[in-house]
Parts: sequence; C-alpha cells; structure tokens
Amino acid sequence: MDIIFYLFASILILSSLKVITSRNPVYSALFLVLSFFSAGAIWLLLEAEFLAIALVLVYVGAVMVLFLFVVMMLDIDLKKLKEGFWDYMPVAGLVALIMFVEMIMVLNQDFFKTMQATPNHSVSNTEALGQVLYTDYVLPFEVAAIILLVAIIAAILLTLRGTKTHKGIDPADQIKVRRDDRVRMVKMKSETSIKRSR
Amino acid sequence: MDFICGFDDANPLQGYVSLMSFKQKLISFFKGLSLYELIIGLGLTGRYFFARKITIQYPEEQTPQSPRFRGLHALRRYPNGEERCIACKLCEAVCPAMAITIESELREDNTRRTTRYDIDLTKCIFCGFCEESCPVDSIVETRILDYHGEERGDLLYTKEMLLEVGDKYEKMIAADRAKESKYR
Amino acid sequence: MTEGWFNIFTEALWILLKIAAIVLPLFLSVAYLTYFERKVIGFMQSRIGPNRVGYFGLLQPIADAFKLMFKEIITPTESSRLLFFIAPILTIAPAFAAWAVIPFNAELVLADINAGLLYVLAMTSVAVYGVIIAGWASNSKYAFLGSLRSAAQIVSYEIAMGFTLVGVLMCANSLNLGNIVAGQQGGMGQWYVWPLFPLFIIYFISAVAETNRAPFDVAEGESEIVAGFHVEYSGMAFAVFFLAEYANMILVSMLAALMFLGGWLSPVTFLPDSILWLFAKVAFLLFFFLWFRATFPRYRYDQIMRLGWKVFIPLTLVWILFVGLMMQTPYKDMFH
Repeated sequence: MDIIFYLFASILILSSLKVITSRNPVYSALFLVLSFFSAGAIWLLLEAEFLAIALVLVYVGAVMVLFLFVVMMLDIDLKKLKEGFWDYMPVAGLVALIMFVEMIMVLNQDFFKTMQATPNHSVSNTEALGQVLYTDYVLPFEVAAIILLVAIIAAILLTLRGTKTHKGIDPADQIKVRRDDRVRMVKMKSETSIKRSR
Repeated sequence: MDFICGFDDANPLQGYVSLMSFKQKLISFFKGLSLYELIIGLGLTGRYFFARKITIQYPEEQTPQSPRFRGLHALRRYPNGEERCIACKLCEAVCPAMAITIESELREDNTRRTTRYDIDLTKCIFCGFCEESCPVDSIVETRILDYHGEERGDLLYTKEMLLEVGDKYEKMIAADRAKESKYR
Repeated sequence: MTEGWFNIFTEALWILLKIAAIVLPLFLSVAYLTYFERKVIGFMQSRIGPNRVGYFGLLQPIADAFKLMFKEIITPTESSRLLFFIAPILTIAPAFAAWAVIPFNAELVLADINAGLLYVLAMTSVAVYGVIIAGWASNSKYAFLGSLRSAAQIVSYEIAMGFTLVGVLMCANSLNLGNIVAGQQGGMGQWYVWPLFPLFIIYFISAVAETNRAPFDVAEGESEIVAGFHVEYSGMAFAVFFLAEYANMILVSMLAALMFLGGWLSPVTFLPDSILWLFAKVAFLLFFFLWFRATFPRYRYDQIMRLGWKVFIPLTLVWILFVGLMMQTPYKDMFH
C-alpha cells in the first residue's frame, strides 16, 4: 500500500509545483484541481472517505470551477505580472523562511507525533464526523455557519445597486398577464357602408 | 414556461399584476406550483405519440403529383419528328435566373432553328416562366424530380439532352398538357 | 511473496471484469437510448423515426457509431491540443466512474461504500470540467460561450439537486445507496417519492438541467451559439461527448429510481423484488427525458438561472424544513 501512497504523494507535489510554475494560469488552475484530487486520494488511503469526497465535491466541484471561470476570462499579461519580481524577492523570501521554520517547529511537537490515523470501524466515517460536529463542537459549527451566511448575504447585497439598470422583465410577472387585463372587446355598430364608385 | 410565480414581489412598473385580486394571485401561484400548463403540454405530445404517422416513405411511396409539377426540363418535337423550338428566345429573355442560353441559325429549308439550347440546372429556379412564354410548347417542365449530376457540368443540360428527355417522356408530357389545356 | 502478488493480480482482474460487466451494457444502453430518443421524438412529431438500417432501424446506432469512428478528428488552429483531447475523456470518465457505487440489487454492487451518495455527487460535479476545458481549449468563441453557460448552469442546479438529496438522507438515515433502497421496503406506499414528492419533481427537473438536456440545453443552443462547447469536435471526440451526455442521463435516472422509486424493490408486495423492476423504473424515467425534449421549447438563459436559484432552492429548503418538523410529530412514520 505504501507504493500507492508515494504515487499519489508525488503526483500531489509535482502538480502543486506546476501550479506555481505554469506559464498559463488556466493550466495552473487545472493542476490545482489535480493536486486536490491526489490529496483526496491520500485521504481515502487513510480511510477518511467523507473528507476525501467532500474535498472533491466542494473544492473541485464548486470552488475551482468558479476559479477557472475567472481565470479563463482574464487577459493576463505575464510580463506585467513579473514586473518588480526582484524588488519583492527579499520580503517574500523572508516570509517563506518564517513559514518554513514555523512548520518545522509545529511538526516537531509531540502533538502531531502521537496523532495516528486510527479509523474507528464501529461507525462509518461520515457518521462519526456528524456525531462530533453536532455534539461536542455544535457551537463553533453554528458560528461558522452564521459567518458564512452573513458573507453570502453581504456578497449578494454588494451586487444590488439600488435602481434597476436593465430593461429585462421578470418572468414571474410576464406569465401573470391575462387577456382580460390587456384586451377590451368593444361591440360597435357597423358604420353605414359607402358604395365604392366604379 | 416559467411555472412558479409569486415568489418575486410584483414589479411596480407593471400595473397589470396589481390588478389581480388576492384570490387570483393564489390561484395562479398554485397553478404554477402544480406544473399545470406543463402537464397540458406533455399531454398534447403524449397524444401525438399514439397518433397515426404521416411519413411518406419516399422511394416506395410517393406523394401525388400535379400535372403542373415543375421538374426537369424537356424540349419537345412535333409528331413528325421536327423539333418544335423556333429559337424565338422568349424563354431566354424571360428567365429570371438567366439559366438559358440560345444560339440560332438559318437552316437550309429557310427556317430558324437553335444550334445551341443550354439550361444550367444549377441556376434554374424552376419558376416555369420559360414554359409559359413558349409560343410553340417546345420547352416544358416535366414531372421528373429525381435526377442528379456526379461531376461539375453534369447539370448543364444541352439541347441534345433536353430533346432526349422530351423524346423519352413525350407520352407523359403530352398527357399532362392535354389535362391542362382548358386552363391555358 | 509471489503468492501475494498473484492474489493481488487475480483480484485486480476480477475487479476489471466487474467493471467491464457494468460498462459494456452501459455503452449498449447509451447506443440504444439514442435510437429510442429518435424514435420517441419522431412518434411525437407524427414521424416514424429511423427505420432503414436493420429491422425497424434497430442497427441505426451501430451505423452511427461506425460513421463517427471513420470521420476525421479536426483540431482547430491555435487550440490547446492536449486539453482539447483530454476534455472529452474528462467528460465521460466521471459519468462512468459514478456507476461504481450504484447497487443493482441487494448484493450486486461494485463498491459498497458508506458515502456512496456523496461519491456520486462528487463525480457528477467533476463532469463539468470536461465542458469547461472543451470550451476553452477549442479556441472558439461559440465553444467558449457554450461552456460558460453550461458550467454555470450545472453548478447552479447541483445545489438544488444536492438539497433534494438531503431530504432523502433525512428519510433514509444513510448515505449508502443500498441502505436507502432497503429503507423503502414494503410496497409502493413506502417509496420516498410520496413524502418527498416536491423534492422528487425538483430532483428530476434539476437532473434534466444537470445533463444539459432540452429544455435546458442552452449550452448548445444551436440558434445562438451553433452547438456550444462541442462545436469544434468531430468524429470520435464528438461521439465521446455524446456518450457522456446519454450516460449521465441514465445515471441520474438510475439515482432517481434508487432514491425515490424503491430501486429494485417490487411495487407490490406479492411480486418478487428483481433487478428488472429497477430497469423498468429507469426506462420509465428516461422516457420522460425524451418526452420533455419533444414537448418544451428551450428556456431563456436568465429564466434558467432564476428557476434554479430563486425557485428550486427555496422550495427544497422549505420542504426539508417541513420534513424535519414532521419527523418531530407523531406522524413521523410517514417519513420513516
């Protein structure tokens, strides 16, 4: 089974590298999709099938689609983007170094060393996750949900700019049109007919 | 086909919506929710699913043809074998697609005849004007509709080809003319 | 050691055989679904449909397949060649991969995983990549517009579809498709279609939208954008898109049959449960796909978006709430 892990891990690392080195942003986005997939596969190997499928469902199925949407429509000038690359290099390098050191420190702690993936086979992965989310962590879970809801409403509100700027007719109103409201039949006496002169 | 209504607030720009009474709005809401009109539509196509099929299976079956059908052209002859065309060029003049080309000469017996009578069937629009303009019933359009050309130029019918068509189908052509004679 | 490898090998071979046993009949049913589509739509238009190749035109799909196989595959200039050829594969792979967890009866299932329903959802959401990549790699504005439309539509209707499935989950208490069917034991009255009737309707309409079928086929609206995302494809590459569309139709119908119509369970208790019931139900639902196509005119694009977001999502939420409330009342047996 180790072979399969190393296979997916190497795909994950290679595709992640390609994400940041690809010249074409669309390729970058697609490589990101690939890396999500291989990450999902690794989770599957850990018997965390719910997490793996949720990763594919949410990130690959929804988030990356929107990403691709935006990236495809952009007209990206790589030259312009690379301007000032060396100016920012020292700062970026410093940040990267700090993050690297932090990661090493975190991973060296005992906390992560003792954490072993111990799948509990009595209940399914999904069920176990649900049990934890809705009992022990119900409050943080609800708070996260509310924050997301607020974000959604805020995002929708941003697109509403007061007065209507388009001439589109609401289809709901369109089908409410009835003949009686629009047409009035008038009974009229016919006018005296004038004989056409020949 | 927007079937669920009443979710959006009535648009104040449109007066007619407010004309609906509450009861009417309720009715239209539930009518939309029940997909009433979609089911009516499905019913219609569902009925036709079992209806008699009206397809004509072409090579085996054919639709009835009028004697006035305007198909492939033909040049006719008199019963004694003399070609009818006198090269008056009326058809050439009237042809709206300019598909007809005629050249003529004086024959030994001092009659004017065509030396060339070409119809480009790729140009022809089958309007029947040539047939109508012909004073001697020479150029006619027959009932033949299934002909084809396999090479470029195959559909440029020359005088010989047209006469050949005329000779081959003279019986049919004559019968059609006879049937139509009282209307002409 | 060698014995271990041998075991792995035989097991892999056995799985491959099982996959073939699912995929090959699926190919055949896709082929004959196209035939029946032409027949049914023909009948509804007072025509008789294909009837020249073989008896009643029964060999028509095979003739079509041969025609497409021998056609030239044209690559557009300036297109992204690799992605151009990956796109059809990306479309068809999820459509077939999702079948791994579909149970055909209580024992007959390739992979009986616990999160089966989620897996199917994930696979169908991945299918959108084929469409997007096809549109982008073709280097054609029509293909691009078509792919944008189609992708937006698929993503939108997936939400409504997901919500309808939540209703099923609440009733069945399981993500495993086999257990969902098992929960509907006991004749027609126990099927989830009754307590979840609005959800079933919404699921089915969303499924039609998800598969880009008429009347939601703006992705290929030939009057505006020629043929949408697959306008530049020809020959076998086009056929693969075609296969994927029909395979997806069968897949969503299969899901509807499993989740709402009791899968392989017999509608009446005195008849035995059989896989034939499942096929009959799927065929019944597929007929509706064809019937819709013969009946309804194409939606306008803004109407599609409105229907998905403003009508279906609120409706499903309301019904889920209703089901949840009913489960707290003495009537909860109706909802299992």
